[in-house]
Amino acid sequence: MAKKEYAFYPGCSSQKGASASNYLTSVNAMCKTLDVKMTEIPDWNCCSASIGYAEGGELPRHVLNARNFALAEKHLPGQDIVATCAACWLGARESKERLEHSSVLLQDTQEALNEAGLNIRAIPEVRHMVEVLIEDLGWDALSAPVKKPLEGLKFAGYVGCQTNRPFGIVGENFENPMYLDKLIETVGGEAVPYDQKVTCCGGALAFSEPDKAQAQIKDIVESAYDHGAEMIVTPCPLCQANVEIYQGHVNKKYGTKFHIPVLYYSQLMTVAYGGSAKEAGLDGQVIKAPKLEAIAGKK
Amino acid sequence: MSANAQMVAKYKNNFLKEVQEQVEMGEWVKMCMQCGVCSGSCPTNFHPGWEHPPQEIFMMIRAGKREEVLTSPSMWMCTSCYNCIVRCPRKLPITHIMHGLANYAHRLGMAPKMQPTRHFAKLFWNNCVKTGRVNELKLSMGLYFKDGFGQGIKNGMAMKDVALGLLKAKRLNPFEMLGGHKCKDQNGIHAMLKKARELEEKRKAIKAAA
Repeated sequence: MAKKEYAFYPGCSSQKGASASNYLTSVNAMCKTLDVKMTEIPDWNCCSASIGYAEGGELPRHVLNARNFALAEKHLPGQDIVATCAACWLGARESKERLEHSSVLLQDTQEALNEAGLNIRAIPEVRHMVEVLIEDLGWDALSAPVKKPLEGLKFAGYVGCQTNRPFGIVGENFENPMYLDKLIETVGGEAVPYDQKVTCCGGALAFSEPDKAQAQIKDIVESAYDHGAEMIVTPCPLCQANVEIYQGHVNKKYGTKFHIPVLYYSQLMTVAYGGSAKEAGLDGQVIKAPKLEAIAGKK
Repeated sequence: MSANAQMVAKYKNNFLKEVQEQVEMGEWVKMCMQCGVCSGSCPTNFHPGWEHPPQEIFMMIRAGKREEVLTSPSMWMCTSCYNCIVRCPRKLPITHIMHGLANYAHRLGMAPKMQPTRHFAKLFWNNCVKTGRVNELKLSMGLYFKDGFGQGIKNGMAMKDVALGLLKAKRLNPFEMLGGHKCKDQNGIHAMLKKARELEEKRKAIKAAA
């Protein structure tokens, strides 16, 4: 039996052929090593992210998340919901908080859920994968499987917004959270201090107002370079995509020469745990990470 | 009478009361003490994106500047970074108030018509509720073709290097155009969301009638 079991909420971006599919690949490998069993919530739906507000409004947004709560409760009773995506985690956790706070919202939510033949009894805990790593497994368990420490590699731990605010990881500071740096160090890498650790990547505005988002992306990447980082690491699929895929546009606009890989913490862990480049989803990098591939390729 | 005209008639010059009763988290607006930390913490306010940053929006609501607030592109500058929430000394849920105001302006038909984030937000919601899961390819296409076919092709061309990179990394699937990922119980999802919208509107109407 696995050490820990969770109701997994992978989220839209981690599906096959979607923008964070390599995140899921590496999470699967990481969880296998750590003996964590993740069972997908059957027929889970989108959380509507933070941009869903304009058309969705309040109750429909919570009802979307509540459907996932009801499905998790029904099919995976007693298990915490775990999201890998920052926006899924935030959206679901926010809905949980609001529904538990307001009997009116909860009553309306039940009535709406009834249309889909579902109901909520007690909303499961909603956790982010990094909470599972830090709180449920602990630092010792995370460092124990390290076979290939990422020695000599310098990473900028880019926490961004939504795993950090408004909820964040317990015990962390909103302005300078340390958990990601600690994760980097746990797998043998060096976490460089830099000043854009919690800067917003622009979120959905990277699509709708690229000039504004790219100005922020430029600040983040520039600071990572200035402080000697060779790669950027993040816990959020949208941070990853925005900071990686628009570097070419930023270069054109600002005359910079950015070309820095942007990875997930789970990819670092998979490589350090002895996983192959494929298991770590390194083939999913738009900007390749040859230094990490080299370590993954070593016998 | 339009929804907007109904609200004007109901609340007359008391825009603060209207916001408190009709906008998500609107009851918090009166707690703002005008310190400006929200405006100074907003990433898009530096560029500068906001016609009126949150602190100003709060004062304008109290001053009854209904038209100016609801037609402003300001709230649409929110990137949902939550910096303002965690820094507000009075713990106002500023991000949610901005979302709530944007949603309210959008529903009343007051929000700026061609505002790109308004367009994208609507596109995103409709995209994700259609099958229960986001179809990233259709979402991008919907965004590029916002201003017509010719502009859509231009926008697509400008993005072709990004798309190619994702395609090579297997993080973009052209076959998503033909359907893509979806939930099994789409009927259930549509029915529950229809009900949710009805219930939300009913609650708002009760408040407006009181």
